[in-house]
Amino acid sequence: MATIDQTLDEILTLAASHFKVPRGRLSPDDDFFKTLGIDSLQTLDLLTRLEQHFDVELPDYELQGVSDFRTLAGRIQARL
Amino acid sequence: MKNAVDHSQHAVPEGRQTTMNQFTGQSLSWDVKDGVIELSLHRAPCNEIGSRTLGELEKFVGALAGLVAESHALIVHSSLECGFCAGADLRELYQSAQKISKNEARQGVREFLERIHRVMNTIDAAPIPTIAAVHGVTFGGGFELALVCDLIIADKMARFCFPELRLGLIPGFGGIPRLKRDLGNGVVRDLLLTGRSINATKAQSVGLVSQVAAEGEALRVARATAAQIGKFDRRTTLAAKQFIKPIPYEELRREIDLFCELFAQPAVEAGLRKFVESTDAQPYLP
Repeated sequence: MATIDQTLDEILTLAASHFKVPRGRLSPDDDFFKTLGIDSLQTLDLLTRLEQHFDVELPDYELQGVSDFRTLAGRIQARL
Repeated sequence: MKNAVDHSQHAVPEGRQTTMNQFTGQSLSWDVKDGVIELSLHRAPCNEIGSRTLGELEKFVGALAGLVAESHALIVHSSLECGFCAGADLRELYQSAQKISKNEARQGVREFLERIHRVMNTIDAAPIPTIAAVHGVTFGGGFELALVCDLIIADKMARFCFPELRLGLIPGFGGIPRLKRDLGNGVVRDLLLTGRSINATKAQSVGLVSQVAAEGEALRVARATAAQIGKFDRRTTLAAKQFIKPIPYEELRREIDLFCELFAQPAVEAGLRKFVESTDAQPYLP
């Protein structure tokens, strides 16, 4: 099973690629709403891509209040 | 009596109707291509269903009897990038309700629901197969519009959700009876009681979605499916549809009553206000 650091790295790579942000600009503790400049619809898009990439279900309520990549990685890791 | 939805400000435009087979309005348009009616939603930001869209949907179902005479299928889709439909226009609902008394608002909501149910029931009972080709946001009333169709073909990026309980309400456009018609009760309870959204793959695994298409391909897949359906005997197809897809009229009536009862709760107004006034990237949905 992937480690939390591997999961985090995959999230950052996926987000950088999809939202066309240089990978080097993204850090684990960034507020992804601000760093990626995404709105609620784009957040849903990211959620779907993460579910597909990791083959998990991520109920929205588990992500309420989550705004940094590290916590997001923890939520995903708990479902792997 | 005024409605919660202020019709004086949102008078339904005539739209541009070159023949009965073609219409372009402010919220939607329809056309007949190769024997398939294509109803396209195009009201920004994400096809929210308010009084204008309702008026144009009524115009569509009024024309449907004539359209089906020369068609073998109906496809409902969205031409907006954001998705199929984000549901009821909660801003219009909230803002209109602020201008009138609570009793008038409740009466207006009931009238709106009666009208949208007539639209949904007519599409549900259409004498030709119907296909919802969905992508992106398919929430609340948008999910309910998809559920009236015989088949749901989903782009792999589609998401389905009934967020109503998160605002103190239940789905009001026929969602619960139609979800119960199609899915196991455990899945229905999960979707309703948590208000969570699910992706297209999950929706297919529980039997909600017939086919999952690649990104941007749902309409093309729906057209291919409609072409296949068109090969069969029309009377047999209709008989099969009516046999397998009863319309739960009694439960649909009870849903309207329950929605109106819940809409009278103070918590709903508070929830709607927080949702409408929210400027966060993640809108208020507890």
